[in-house]
Amino acid sequence: MIQQQKIVKGGSVVYESAEPTLLAFLAAAYQQLGEKYPKFYKMDNLSKLGWLGTEYLLKGFNKTKYQAEDMGVVLSNANSSLDADLKYLESVKEMASPALFVYTLPNIVIGEISIRHNFKGENAFFITEKFDAGLLQQYVSNLLNDDILQACICGWIEVFKEDYKAVLFLVEKQKIIGESQSFTLFTIDNLNNIYL
Amino acid sequence: MEKLIQDLKVQIIAQLNLQDVKPEDIGDDQPLFVEGLGLDSIDALELIVLLQQQYKIKLSNAEDGPKVFRSVRTIAEYITAHQAQTA
Repeated sequence: MIQQQKIVKGGSVVYESAEPTLLAFLAAAYQQLGEKYPKFYKMDNLSKLGWLGTEYLLKGFNKTKYQAEDMGVVLSNANSSLDADLKYLESVKEMASPALFVYTLPNIVIGEISIRHNFKGENAFFITEKFDAGLLQQYVSNLLNDDILQACICGWIEVFKEDYKAVLFLVEKQKIIGESQSFTLFTIDNLNNIYL
Repeated sequence: MEKLIQDLKVQIIAQLNLQDVKPEDIGDDQPLFVEGLGLDSIDALELIVLLQQQYKIKLSNAEDGPKVFRSVRTIAEYITAHQAQTA
């Protein structure tokens, strides 16, 4: 989860910053990772947020156990790509920026995540007025139960000006062996509890 | 020409948001795309915007793009030749 200048994973704060703006916070969090991914700076804030969120989410995840086509991404928010749309509109007054234009769709963040982590499976971006755990749970469960995917990143990712919130989940379809494994069941209640 | 090349390096970094790159990191004859600076097709469009905004030059023939944007020096040569034509 990323909000209020904090990145939280599994209930623990893994990064915190006092940067005054979202842009500065995202850049500081990126630099703290120590990764060299120059394209990060070219992304819009929604994609930066998604890129950062999945960097932390997928730490420790052994994706080599799945085929690239078996891993997907399903995200949602309320403002679509409005943040990037307005910035592009502003650029049009002087000269339209191709680099801004390419981010005027919300699902571009899915593309950035998929390129970074080599996820080639099903993806979707839903626009809903507020976080809809039922929609995500049902949609992703269908993808897993129908063997369309074996693993899926899903959640809420919202940016508008200085307001932002990302709540991302990694859902895997796997057999439960024994009772000692640490996991959270993919239920509507659990999604809502983590989101709040 | 040398002044123009140095100006272009600063402008390219700003236009393409290459925050990890310094002007001195870009060789005058270094390829800008693929194996060189690693620019992509969107960057190519941004370079066209840069030419229009900073130098009032419109790339008249899109097929000239790969030749014009091969390196900072080729861009500088194109700008110089265009400015000489319009002077």
